[in-house]
Amino acid sequence: MSEFVLLFRSTPEGQRAAMGTPERAQQSLQTWLAWIRRLETQGHLKSRGQPLDPVGKVVRKGAITDGPYAESKDLVLGFLIVDARDLDEAARLAADCPIAEHGGSVEVRPVGAIAT
Amino acid sequence: MEIDDHLFRREAGRLVAALTRVFGVGNLALAEDVVQDAFCRALEVWPIRGMPDNPAAWLMATARHRAIDVIRRERTARTFAPDVVRVLEHGGTIDPIVDEAFAGAVIRDEQLRMMFSCCHPRLAEDVQIALVLNVLCGFGASEIAAAFLVGRAAMEKRIARGKHALASEGHLFDLADADFTTRLTSVRRALYLLFNEGYHGASGETTVRADLCADALRLARLLGEYPPAATPETDALIALMCLHAARLPARVDETGNLQALVDHDRSQWDRALVEEGLARLERSAAGTILTAWHLEAAIAAAHAAAANAASTDWALVVSLYDRLFAIAPSPVVALNRAIAIGQRDGADCGLAALDGITDRDRLARYPFYEAAAGELELKAGHPDAARERFAAALAVARNAGERRFLERRHAACARTGT
Repeated sequence: MSEFVLLFRSTPEGQRAAMGTPERAQQSLQTWLAWIRRLETQGHLKSRGQPLDPVGKVVRKGAITDGPYAESKDLVLGFLIVDARDLDEAARLAADCPIAEHGGSVEVRPVGAIAT
Repeated sequence: MEIDDHLFRREAGRLVAALTRVFGVGNLALAEDVVQDAFCRALEVWPIRGMPDNPAAWLMATARHRAIDVIRRERTARTFAPDVVRVLEHGGTIDPIVDEAFAGAVIRDEQLRMMFSCCHPRLAEDVQIALVLNVLCGFGASEIAAAFLVGRAAMEKRIARGKHALASEGHLFDLADADFTTRLTSVRRALYLLFNEGYHGASGETTVRADLCADALRLARLLGEYPPAATPETDALIALMCLHAARLPARVDETGNLQALVDHDRSQWDRALVEEGLARLERSAAGTILTAWHLEAAIAAAHAAAANAASTDWALVVSLYDRLFAIAPSPVVALNRAIAIGQRDGADCGLAALDGITDRDRLARYPFYEAAAGELELKAGHPDAARERFAAALAVARNAGERRFLERRHAACARTGT
């Protein structure tokens, strides 16, 4: 088993669409919780990770800008860490993530192994 | 961990009411934005971190935090509620005012004020109901449009018209206002219509309709918790809602087919709601007034007292319909009275009572008039006549559930006929 980070990305519009009315928001949330519960019961959920606040700064040489909103329409909402056999299996786990329903995406990245 | 059904809808109504207290009714859209932000946040945080122990409190704390931010940021751009403006002018901290808005008793009163404001007599009843559903019950325009079989654009316009009227008042209705009693009458009427839309309405979505009933009952109970509004008439309204809502689980059978009241499996009736309804009905007798709601609740109680249709005290039901017709005559009441007469005196008498409904042309689009005639013809031993009446009912069926129900009844005539 190897560890993979699932990075959840969405757009502000996508988030709004997932929200819609309170009833739709609740349905979206229930779909999410069910998806994560499935990861958990199948033993793939390594760590719950952290949600990220949608504010911050982007720092470059000589410039600090407000972000990430100002920079990017493609926002990282948070991450989870899963256990999977390989990258293919990790990608399969992410395939039915509800974030895709409203134009969001999941970036699947292997946690780099350090040669000892 | 599971979330309560309709948590977000319910909290949307509560939070918008609380936020309106600090933002002012002119900033209703801002209050709705803040609530939506809090929901967005929940959607980002809860799946990853897990559900909070008290989701409603979490949403409230998030909305409160955001409200303070918004007031600080937009203090010069907007006019907030007078209390907030005063504090801002004196350089004080707004936190205690915002905290107060979210306190239990205050949040309930703000919901009542919002309810009373939505039922402004200048607004048409359909606008009042749309506003109540949108602002207090958290339904979106498209959801309300679907329940009332109205186009989405038309419903959006209706809600916008109502919100414009709300804002133009400048403040929410003051519960100490001299007009309280008059306005209370409008509020009860709107809740009654809301419940009826759920119970008798044309939408085929049984879940949507059960939601309308549940929300009408929730808001009526809120009225009942506020002593000046808890009059015998309010008790009668709550009683009739409870006693009817109790039947909802038996209205469709396990295959999704509508069931007529006489065929309900009454073991599926919600006993807790029946008990609450009966207790409310008893309390509603405290005063000297007898309203149509008292009688409607009493009729429902007569049904609830019987184990099945055969053991129902139909003489009592007929006499209650007589009294109901005397104070609130309507073709639907006359129709139900005729059905009860058919049960008490036999099918021929029921048919005669149906024929005797003077303004029965007003029931031309209501499938259950012809359906009632079909049942009575069938019972009287006239399957051919019954088949024609069910065919006529089918022609005006309003949704797939009604159509399926009437097709089954239509087919039953063929079986009896051969």
